Amino acid sequence: MDVAIIDYGAGNVKSLQFALERLGVQARLTHDWELIQKADKVIFPGQGAAASAMKKLTATGLDQWIPQLQQPVLGICLGMQLLCSSTAEGNSPGLGLIKAHVERFPNTVKVPQMGWNTIFSLQSNLFEKIEEDAYMYLVHSYFVPVIEETIAQSDYAGNYSVALQKDNFYGVQFHPEKSSTAGQQLLENFLKL
Amino acid sequence: MLTKRIIPCLDIKDGRTVKGVNFVNLRDAGDPVELARKYAQEGADELVFLDISATEQKRKTLSELVLKVAAAIDIPFTVGGGISAEADVSAVLANGADKVSINSAAVKNPELINRLSKKFGNQCIVVAIDAKQIAGTWKVHLLGGKVPTEINLFDWAKEVEARGAGEILFTSMDHDGTKNGFANEALAKLSELVNIPIIASGGAGNEQHFIDTFVEGKADAALAASVFHFGEIPIPQLKSTLKKQAIAVRI
Repeated sequence: MDVAIIDYGAGNVKSLQFALERLGVQARLTHDWELIQKADKVIFPGQGAAASAMKKLTATGLDQWIPQLQQPVLGICLGMQLLCSSTAEGNSPGLGLIKAHVERFPNTVKVPQMGWNTIFSLQSNLFEKIEEDAYMYLVHSYFVPVIEETIAQSDYAGNYSVALQKDNFYGVQFHPEKSSTAGQQLLENFLKL
Repeated sequence: MLTKRIIPCLDIKDGRTVKGVNFVNLRDAGDPVELARKYAQEGADELVFLDISATEQKRKTLSELVLKVAAAIDIPFTVGGGISAEADVSAVLANGADKVSINSAAVKNPELINRLSKKFGNQCIVVAIDAKQIAGTWKVHLLGGKVPTEINLFDWAKEVEARGAGEILFTSMDHDGTKNGFANEALAKLSELVNIPIIASGGAGNEQHFIDTFVEGKADAALAASVFHFGEIPIPQLKSTLKKQAIAVRI
């Protein structure tokens, strides 16, 4: 299977590549649009600050290309947040594929949320063989509220979206590559979509 | 519910684990990769690798090790020990580490915290603080607790948060190695003072100590070395004890 990881200099993807290798897939880390377009599956990673990540996408034209992808796309962490219209982080726009505004966690909880939290209300075949209240590893300061496109939730200062889906675009807030067997299962499910 | 994290810490020298690791059923207890895999399988939530080697090849040896660990495990891990330059951070993160921990270098040059968190994101910058009580006041110490400074622990914690640290790893030198429990009073105060996660370190001797540090010390995570390395507290058993005490843990 041909899996492309979009390379736009926003974070390190070594662990993601290793996780895919454990599933027998040699993912290609690339910013070459032709390679991304013809891949069977595309992963859109992201770490660090939203505004600078968005600038990198705009500078390379990827912000225009990504929304045109037809195959299953999986945004991870900041990659999921950037599928949305806008984010409070640096008041940056996103790719606008999902109509939602990304908000900051209130100071009633520690920010960033760091660690393992349960996920529930699982509503997609992306979560096949993953039990309700499975644990996933999360590190983030901003979150997407529960919306129509929510396919999984978690609870940190209230319920919020840990996974979204709009057509062929999927996003997960947690890091499947760091989430032990449940995370591995999720990646395997994505590869099967 | 976000769970409390259990974090074994491995001391590394020249790519090998040091300090009496005494695991049965391991082909090579000095191999950090094998140990990491074992801990991940046992249910450790995260690992910390502390590199205590001081050779010229340190950066290369360490980043090679990080790559092997990242290939072997699917839980997050932090790398620390003498990290002082952007290039060090870059090398370990690019090879699959999730976070780096900086200690003395941050005290000597606090601006480093700003620079690193801006460049790599605050989620991957852990500031480790070693402190000890001197005449009733918690003072920050350098070089593994050997060199005292005039800096107050709580002032420093506030400062590192403001400069962009994503997490604080607090080791009480008064408790480290004693097996008499964590510095819960100071930990609770830290937890109320700053709004980033706190990892408790130093003093773990039995399961009750972990309960206490999560309940009284309000810690978000607890780190220990020897009690895990010597099999005195098996992680699955510890987690089941914590769960019985209604402390949220991943099982």
